[in-house]
Amino acid sequence: MSETAILKIRRGQSKTDGRWETHAVPFERGQSVLDGLRWIRVNKDPSLAIRFSCINANACKECMMELDGETVYACTARLEPREMTLSPLSNKILVRDLVTEIAPPAERFAAKEK
Amino acid sequence: MSAEPIQVETDVLVIGSGAAGMYAAIEAARAGCRVLLIDRSLIGRGGATVMAQMTVAVALGAEAPDHWRHHLHDTLTAGRGLCNEPLSRLLCEAGPACIKEMDAWGVGWARKNGKITAAFAPGHDRPRCVYVDFLNTGPAVSKTLRAVVHRTPGIARKGDLCVVDLLKVGGEVAGAVAWHAESGAPVAISAKATIVATGGLTRLYRRNSASTNMGGDGYALCLRAGAPLIDMEFVQFFPIGHLAPRLIGMDPIMWDPFRYKLGGRLLNKDMAEFTDRYGVPEDGKYVITRDVGTYAIIKEVEAGRGSPHGGAYLSFQHVPAEKLREAFGPVIDRLAANGIDLTKMPVEVAPIAHYHMGGVSADVKMQTEVPGLLVAGETVGGANGANRLSGNAITEAFVFGREAGRTAAARVKTMKAAPATNGAARTTVDLIRSDPPKDMPNSAAMLTRLQATMSDDVGPLRTADKLRRALDTIDDLTTALGDRPFGDAGAFDMQRLDWFDLRNMLAVARAVVQAASLRTESRGAHQREDFPEMLPQWRVNQVIRLGKKALDIEQAPASHTGAALEAAAP
Repeated sequence: MSETAILKIRRGQSKTDGRWETHAVPFERGQSVLDGLRWIRVNKDPSLAIRFSCINANACKECMMELDGETVYACTARLEPREMTLSPLSNKILVRDLVTEIAPPAERFAAKEK
Repeated sequence: MSAEPIQVETDVLVIGSGAAGMYAAIEAARAGCRVLLIDRSLIGRGGATVMAQMTVAVALGAEAPDHWRHHLHDTLTAGRGLCNEPLSRLLCEAGPACIKEMDAWGVGWARKNGKITAAFAPGHDRPRCVYVDFLNTGPAVSKTLRAVVHRTPGIARKGDLCVVDLLKVGGEVAGAVAWHAESGAPVAISAKATIVATGGLTRLYRRNSASTNMGGDGYALCLRAGAPLIDMEFVQFFPIGHLAPRLIGMDPIMWDPFRYKLGGRLLNKDMAEFTDRYGVPEDGKYVITRDVGTYAIIKEVEAGRGSPHGGAYLSFQHVPAEKLREAFGPVIDRLAANGIDLTKMPVEVAPIAHYHMGGVSADVKMQTEVPGLLVAGETVGGANGANRLSGNAITEAFVFGREAGRTAAARVKTMKAAPATNGAARTTVDLIRSDPPKDMPNSAAMLTRLQATMSDDVGPLRTADKLRRALDTIDDLTTALGDRPFGDAGAFDMQRLDWFDLRNMLAVARAVVQAASLRTESRGAHQREDFPEMLPQWRVNQVIRLGKKALDIEQAPASHTGAALEAAAP
């Protein structure tokens, strides 16, 4: 039987009433956690919010999240055939699911203040 | 949500914060303009620039005596007769000034004995390509320009603003309407001049070397605003994109700089060199141009002589370990972390979508046909003809960005106030706010399907049948997309983002496929297996406009002539 990675993902738009969702992702050696999250969007649920631009180069620095409580880049963290817990950065303001406010304040468009 | 969009006003709006956008913003601000630099992702982090681990072509004459005319000669030759000669000339002639300015800003071009050094790259007649070690050209360029943008008065920077449509008032472009990803709110930006610097379209393809924000959105924005596109059939594939083993945390185009330095051997499954079969023997040197290299690898795979994952082997096994360490520096350790030891094994490489020669038609001032609308960088079509010379992409980002900034500033000086745009924004604002349709297909899967057909049917080698199949898929997807955005219109709504992306990507894919279908010859990056010859009557640029119901495509004689090539000859 082929191996799977179990991704347990924190979802929601507020830190207080979020929920956990679990997806089984086909595992292939050498893949990244971001590969797993992108697989979920294409095959299971396109509403899962993640942010990334460069996919693989670790150049855009957008895909920061917490893996088992540790801050990682999802593009360089390796997918493993076990349960992996993914949550948004706990020290940043939550936007949705795994997306937090990571831009420097001066470069963030303040929609609410206008 | 209130009925009105958030209103913002500026002198110059720059869309996209790669090298071209940042250089344009700096230049316009230096001329006294208020500039708003926006990006759909983080400022100066997305796009192609930060991913460019390679080199920058410029006739500095630092390594060997050089003149911009020699660079122009090589650019026109690589372009296979289709270059827009004034644009090519601008790229080559103004390149040195921008490279020197970047040097003064502290980018850190690699030096030997105190002088900027240059590598030899295929298609150039001498060493002409400057770089930043190790594999750091793009990141260093981005970082340097970010710092200059930061300290230049007059530039406001805002990320997560995804432009949905340009604003048109009285036949002129007067800004843009954006979807603010973080909040889901529509934002109407009015500007005296608008510069589109959103890069190319490589995201249309499954395997590509750029960011996910390179879906050709700038081409679609300009097309809908009435500006013509040019040369859309010419998508450059980079022959030796990394294929296997799976490599994470590294850009797939990373092997090129090492081929510049060390040569490296391109091998088939029998561990035999094969490029001589396609007219270019390499003998351990790196001389094969991108179009020929791509063709050779694909044909070798078709003949059953490919590597296990469907590409070719690239081997540095003949290079001593200490020479590898000298050339690769700390990259050797990053490769080791991925289980790759180059002294013991080859890697597998295959063609990967890399750059778009086509784009928005513009003059040497970076003006499109629509007043108020300027373009810069890869968004501009024409400078590189049917095939781009190695190293010209970052150069054109600098040069065209600087020029666009200047032209925008000159326009701003002639205008009293930014035009009122409220009414013009209405349709797009309603689109951004609209409720989703009842049935929503998986938007991420639709994107994957588009990438599959573009890769399989509109890749480097094309036929009428394949192109027809691609058009059918594009028609299907366009129907499935409908006219109302998916998702819930809330914060960071990925389905809505996919929908806006697909709206642009499908329009651009259609332009590529239709132009490729009409061009019944093979030239540069456009190879038709059913029309294998390059034909003199096809020395034309195809110009695409958005008609009432479909795309209108017309052929116009290419601007560069044999005389121009001769005048540029060394």
